[in-house]
Amino acid sequence: MDTFKTVLSAQQVSIGYSSKKEIITVANNININLKANTLTALIGANGIGKSTLLRTLTGIQKPLAGIITLNGKDLSSFTSAELAQQLSIVLTESLPPSNLTVFELVALGRQPYTNWVGSLFDDDLAKIDSALQLTHIEHLSNKKHFEISDGQLQKVLIARALAQDTPLIILDEPTTHLDLLHKVNLLRLLKNLAHNAGKCILYSTHDLDLALQLSDETIVMSKENFVQDTPKNLIANKVFDMLFDDPNIFFDENKNGFVVR
Amino acid sequence: MHHTKRNSILFTGLGIFLLVLFVLNISLGSVKIPLQDVFTSLTGGNASKPAWDYIILNYRLPKAITAMLVGMGLAMGGLLMQTLFRNPLAGPDVLGLSSGASLGVAIVILGSGLVPGIAASFFLSSYSIVLASTAGSFFVLLAVLAVAQRLRDTMAILIIGLMFSSFTGAIVSVLTYFSTAEQLQKYTFWALGSLGNLHWNNIAILFVVIIIGLVLSALCIKPLDALLLGERYAKSMGINFKQTRFTIILATSLLTGCITAFAGPVLFVGLVVPHMAKLLFKTSNHKILFWATLLIGGVLVLLCDIFTQLPGSAFVLPINAITSIIGAPVVVSLLISKRKGIFN
Repeated sequence: MDTFKTVLSAQQVSIGYSSKKEIITVANNININLKANTLTALIGANGIGKSTLLRTLTGIQKPLAGIITLNGKDLSSFTSAELAQQLSIVLTESLPPSNLTVFELVALGRQPYTNWVGSLFDDDLAKIDSALQLTHIEHLSNKKHFEISDGQLQKVLIARALAQDTPLIILDEPTTHLDLLHKVNLLRLLKNLAHNAGKCILYSTHDLDLALQLSDETIVMSKENFVQDTPKNLIANKVFDMLFDDPNIFFDENKNGFVVR
Repeated sequence: MHHTKRNSILFTGLGIFLLVLFVLNISLGSVKIPLQDVFTSLTGGNASKPAWDYIILNYRLPKAITAMLVGMGLAMGGLLMQTLFRNPLAGPDVLGLSSGASLGVAIVILGSGLVPGIAASFFLSSYSIVLASTAGSFFVLLAVLAVAQRLRDTMAILIIGLMFSSFTGAIVSVLTYFSTAEQLQKYTFWALGSLGNLHWNNIAILFVVIIIGLVLSALCIKPLDALLLGERYAKSMGINFKQTRFTIILATSLLTGCITAFAGPVLFVGLVVPHMAKLLFKTSNHKILFWATLLIGGVLVLLCDIFTQLPGSAFVLPINAITSIIGAPVVVSLLISKRKGIFN
């Protein structure tokens, strides 16, 4: 497992917000190592700083301290055009109103490679087709993006990220709004993409039990510590007992899930 | 592909419609000139009556060209605003850009009474009106943008536009107390909107500024497509958001400011035309919408201008009356239909 190439690494990173008046630190001592062919889940309670961490890892905001490298190069040294060829994102926020079809939406992923008016050539069309195939949404390609279900739209947004052809894909809570069946399908799809297409995929989630069953690695953020490991080791080390700041919620190792006392 | 065939039919149809309306616009009016003579005169020949030549070349042709330029420019401004603000109800008049331009013009026309002789005559020249108008719309757009940065809520942006309209209305009514009847009349006629009365040298200025505005808009086609997914996705796809936003603002203020200065605040065109383009071509792709908006904008204003000249009468209605009569119901029906893709 450990032979895969490191795509993104963070060393001794502090995240938070700095303004003229003060510096607000959200989390300290963050060490992450994301590898190709690996699906990694990021879990933590609400307000612990998952979104801030994702914003920092995607270069939207700067870390307060420490170094983040993407493919061995300092993240802050990338121009936005260069970064667009290395890193693609999938967000939960709803899309602005438009007439975009599924195909057109996925095709937008080719923007970092197209000319000044965004013309698509054979190479682009091939990449779009393969993205549609990998996510099993070819039959939707002529539908408008507002005519399909939430689960399908999530796949379309993932296909767009695939069309962007980047080694690293970061997803912000892709399983929210979905029922159990679609959550499982989506995570299976992500795992397939990681293993078969060689992608390095990081996603944040609140579905801890699914994350433990379907991810290769898990990052746990809590007040006291910040751990990245395989789900098996994390359970063995009793990391999850400290996840929530409430003695009445504890992790049941036999059930692989949380129990409320 | 099925869509490309449909689009090329639509584009050809619109192009022919635009040409037909252009010729009809020149032919129709208080003096009706036969189409045969319009063609002869336009192609350099002499019409059957010398008076017709004079009317066509010095009155009708400039007006038809102005109508087309106004329609194209305002419609493009509307398309840029709707995508930038992710708001289907955005447009140069709704966001208060036309009001800003009006305030600039009101200050120079009505305020000319407050300054002494020579300065007053400069105030009333067409150059100062263009400058005041463009500056007015640019200022309002910057203000709207500053608010939009702080408030993510798109409804708030529309309310800001509404506030600007009330504000300019109030300032104008204050200014009317200090101005002469003549100045007031001049401002009132300007505010009703008029496509006629433009000399060829004014049309040349309008043409050049609109071309600059359209070239700047064309440069934004790809970033505008990316913005359909919102600011964060656009940035993640390598779009330089700040530069794109500045280009869009500059293009819109040039288009709106210059058109408002010469033709008055023409309402609803900027808001309605992009929707017509989106409905007709069933797409959000800006490469197609760019041309569709230009053609439909030209068609709509030429058509509205034909309606302002009541058949067999010497009266000419203000262009604003016609665009509002057509535009207001279209907006209401858009809101009621709640079509997904427009409001979802």
